[in-house]
Order: sequence, then C-alpha cells, then structure tokens
Amino acid sequence: MNETVKSNSQTRHAELAERLREQFGPLGGEVVFALGEVTLEIPRAHLLETCRTLRDADEYRFDVLIDSCGVDYAAYGQSEWETATASASGFGRGVETPEPQNVEARFAAVHHLLSVTNNLRLRVRAFCDSEPPIVDSVVGIWPAADWFEREAFDMYGILFDGHPDLRRILTDYGFMGHPFRKDFPLGGYVEMRYDAEQRRVIYEPVELEPRTLVPRVVRQANAGAAPAAEDAADA
Amino acid sequence: MPEIQNYTLNFGPQHPSAHGVLRLVLELDGETVVRADPHVGLLHRATEKLAETKPYNQSLPYMDRLDYVSMMCNEHAYCLAVEKLLGVEVPERAKFIRTMYDEITRILNHLMWIGTHAIDIGAMTVFLYAFREREDLMDCYEAVSGARMHAAYYRVGGVYRDLPDEMPKFEPNGFRSEADIALRNEARQGSLLDFIEDFADRFPGLVDEYETLLTDNRIWKQRTVDIAVVSPEEAKAMGFSGAMLRGSGIEWDLRKTQTYAAYDKVDFDIPVGQNGDCYDRYLVRMEEMRQSARIIKQCVQWLRQNQGPVIVQDHKVAPPARANMKGDMESLIHHFKLFTEGYCPPAGEAYAAVEAPKGEFGCYMISDGANKPYRLKIRAPGFVHLAAMDAMVKGHMISDVTAVIGTMDVVFGEIDR
Repeated sequence: MNETVKSNSQTRHAELAERLREQFGPLGGEVVFALGEVTLEIPRAHLLETCRTLRDADEYRFDVLIDSCGVDYAAYGQSEWETATASASGFGRGVETPEPQNVEARFAAVHHLLSVTNNLRLRVRAFCDSEPPIVDSVVGIWPAADWFEREAFDMYGILFDGHPDLRRILTDYGFMGHPFRKDFPLGGYVEMRYDAEQRRVIYEPVELEPRTLVPRVVRQANAGAAPAAEDAADA
Repeated sequence: MPEIQNYTLNFGPQHPSAHGVLRLVLELDGETVVRADPHVGLLHRATEKLAETKPYNQSLPYMDRLDYVSMMCNEHAYCLAVEKLLGVEVPERAKFIRTMYDEITRILNHLMWIGTHAIDIGAMTVFLYAFREREDLMDCYEAVSGARMHAAYYRVGGVYRDLPDEMPKFEPNGFRSEADIALRNEARQGSLLDFIEDFADRFPGLVDEYETLLTDNRIWKQRTVDIAVVSPEEAKAMGFSGAMLRGSGIEWDLRKTQTYAAYDKVDFDIPVGQNGDCYDRYLVRMEEMRQSARIIKQCVQWLRQNQGPVIVQDHKVAPPARANMKGDMESLIHHFKLFTEGYCPPAGEAYAAVEAPKGEFGCYMISDGANKPYRLKIRAPGFVHLAAMDAMVKGHMISDVTAVIGTMDVVFGEIDR
C-alpha cells in the first residue's frame, strides 16, 4: 500500500483518537487506537448523546452508519483444548458448548461509523449491563440502523430501546432462541423436513451430534495480550 | 357502500424478478405502492457462526458463497481483515493480481446486473450479450483457480498461485466444427495475461454495444428516469455505498479514498451521477465497466514486467511449496500445523472493507488470540440497500418495484449470509 496514503490515514485517526479521548473521557468513554482503527467504548447511558455529537459536530461528521452488530463476549478467551483430565477419545474434548462466562458485560452493540466528509472511520461499542440485554437504538440518528438492529436482536436477543419495529429478520417465522449466542449449539435445536405421509412440513429435534474437528486453541504467546499498540499497528 | 381497503400483495419468494429468494409484502392502493416490507433470510446459512467454529483459513471458501456474483471481492475483504490482524504485508505482485481480479469480478458482476436488470424491465437482448462476455471472464477465473465461480483463489498473505503461462483451449468435439473451435481459440494462443488483455481491449467496444440497446432507448428511459430518486443526504442516512451512493452524486470510492491493494498505482476515474435515479445508477455502472477495463490493462502491463512471489514466505501463515515438503522436515511441520490448527492472531479487532461491485463489503473480525475468529461480522452492501426498499418504492407504481430491485443489484447470498 502506498506509504503516504497509509501514514496520512494513521495520523488522521491518531488525531481523532486524541480528540475523542478529550471529549468523551469525562463521560467514561475509553478510546483504543490499534491497527490503524479507533474504537470508542462508551457507557450505555451516554450512547445516544455521543452518537448525535459524532454525527453533527464538524470535526467528526460521521454521516454514514456502515455497520452495526451485536457481540456475545460469553466465551471470550476460552480455549477448548485445556482440560484437567486426559481424554481417551480423541477429539472428545472441545465438543461441549462452553458455559457462559463474564455474564455481567456479556453483550455489546458495536457500530461502525464512516465520515464521508472527513474520510474517517470509527467503531463505537456499548455494553449492555442488564438482563435481558438492552441498549438504546440509534435508528433516530442513522435510519440505516433499522435492519442492523433487527438482525442483532434476532441473532443475540439484544433489545434496542426506541426501535420502531423490532422484529426478527433472518431466522424462520416462529423461530425460538437467538442462534448467534455462544451457548446456542451450531446445529440448532430443530430441523425441518417435508413429511410425505402427513403431507406437510414438520419440525423435529436435531439428530446431528455436535462435533469439533479442530479444537479452539489459544496460544500462550497471544493469550490475553492487549490489542497491539500504535507502534505495532503498521507492522 | 363497501369500504375501500388497501390490497396486500405477496411478491416472491418465487418470482423471476425477485433476484433470488426475496419475499416482498406490498401494500397497494390501486397500483401504487403504499408500503413495502421485504422479508429476507430465506437463504440464511449462519456463515458468521460457522466461521467462528473454524480456523481462519477454512472459512475463506464461504466468502465466495456470500455474494455469488462477485466472489473474489468477498475473499479480498476477508483476507484483508485477517492480514490486518496478523500484521502481514502482501507481496507486490499479489496486490496487482488481486487488483486485476477485483476488476474482472466487477465486470462479471455488472454484466450480470445489466442483463437481469434489463430483462426485468423488458429488454431481452442485453442479457444474451452480457452472458457471452461473462463466459470469457469465467474462463479467466477457471484458468487461475480451477473453478468458474467459487474460486477460493485469494489466500491470507497473497493469492494461491501465480498466473498460468498458458490459456486453456477448447478441444475438438462432435458438436462444433473445427473452424468454429479455431475461431474460439484465437485469443487463447498465448498466456492468461494475453487473453485478459485481448478482452480488456475489446470490452469497451462491447459496452458501447450494450449502450446502443439501452441508453437512448425510449422504453428503457421511461422505466428508469426519475424512478426511485435518492438525494445525497438520504443516500448517506440510509447507509448506501458503491454505485448507489455515487448515483446520487457523492464522489466516494474506497479504491480512491481508502485505497488498498494496488489501486493507488493505477489510473482510473470515478463516475458520479446527478439525479440519483435508476437511470443515473445505470450510467454510473456502465462507466465503471469501462474504467475496470482500463485498470485491468494497466495491471496486465505491470504483471508482464514484474515477477516475484505471490504469497508471503512466512510459513506460519501460508503453506510451504509442496516440493519442499518432500525433503524438508521444517516445511512438513509447518504444513501440518497450518492445516490442523491454523494460526493464532494476536487478540484485537479489525474491520477491513473493499469497494465490491455492489458497494462497501466489509469484514469485522474479533480475535481473542485463538486459532478461530471470536466473532466475524460481514457487512454486506445489499443488506443495507434492500433495507431502503420501503423508502425507495413508496409512491411508485407496482411495475417500478422490479426496476428498483434491479437498480439495487441485490444478491441474496450476501443479504441473508
């Protein structure tokens, strides 16, 4: 990649990180600048006012909501390979669905913003600290959030306060549960087929057994490492 | 007197102009659309969840199956995201190959789009022309990867292999005369680069051919001019990208503004529309095809003159050469580790986006230091564009709905993911 273009983007985003730190630090916002990208983590209570400032203030002008999604941090940093007992059955370990950990700050809504005017990108993350997970909807600020929030609700069960039409979007009509949660099995709970005798489509419990071909391994060198700092970002 | 009610029409999921499995619930007042409620997800395969259960390198072929009309661009975004996490720098030659194939993909996609868009609103011929050219580009895909569509050619750290020196030829068969086969093989005498250059040379003339069929065609203009007008402000608020944004007059192209691969080393222009209607978006995409041909030509020139590796030599990320594995224990171990466990990028998160033919295609990836992504979110341009369906068709006639679906260039592989 062209060095000048890349370093331009680096300095612009470094400045953005600095400005955000000054402005939103007092509100409890945390700014991380890594891999050339800026992340702003903001307490849920301040999400809406922050987003409005980010859209309207001249130095930000984040006029496009590029993406917004839910994240389930329940199994973050967990390895399937570490076990107290030896296994006699090959890939026997690593097949169980992990128990949800760090349940307090389990779900987060992540918004990716783009400023067409200033050519900047920003990631805004707000954790939901309640059960069921609730976070304010940004539909009023960026209409594009409509379907993204419906998807995050569908996949993770995150409730977006103020969303005008929070319906499921991707899953089947009448689907139960939130499939992208870490405690939802990959194969799901029910499967569907056409029954020739009853002459209709029927749902049955899944017969497939969950299987892990490649266990999830966290290598020690990288385990729990803080996101690479600014200097390592360009490596 | 009977009460007059709005009529609700179920459009799709099995409808020829629904471009796949779109179910659209339309509320009609006579023939005017009052409300459109797209139901998506009929093709939902949970690609993102599947990716969470596989090492990084094994999810790559899923990317082809998202937007199955612009396969390599999806792979590109995925590779860029993983490379960003790993801190890998791709060799120069791989960057040019990626640029060239991204543009081939763009032409492939736009040809599919113009063909289906035209057939939806009543012009049959363009479809046949567009598919004639698509066949040549599919051959380029096949020559380099062995697959016509789902190439899996881009790999983390570069591309799978260098371009072949010979373009495969048609073989004699009982269905075609020898003269016919000789004619078809005319451009295939040299290398793949010769074939691509020949294509890039004649392609702008072919775009002119399509334009003679449509641009000044009275019916085409009646069906597209002033249909689904989107103002620049609306386009930004609704999250548009790609040709949908440029059609509304905003000059924004990631290839220029947030450049990646070798786009900063090639010369090209960004077409921009004025009125933000279907006709302008049509003109923008037609010009994009010409610009793509221009980029392809420059890439061919560069690739002819410069040799070099096409994938990183770091065997923690990219497999060693098959020949080395036969005698070198280190290579064998690398290969084994790479394909059984994969690699563990440092904990962190990355978002990488490319200017895919349909708009901004992005991959947001969270790594917790494991050999599988902790979370992968695919930002599909079509998803955002389809979400604006209601705003775009409101107040239009029901027959314009097909024009709007066409102009959005939706593909359900990426929308439902």
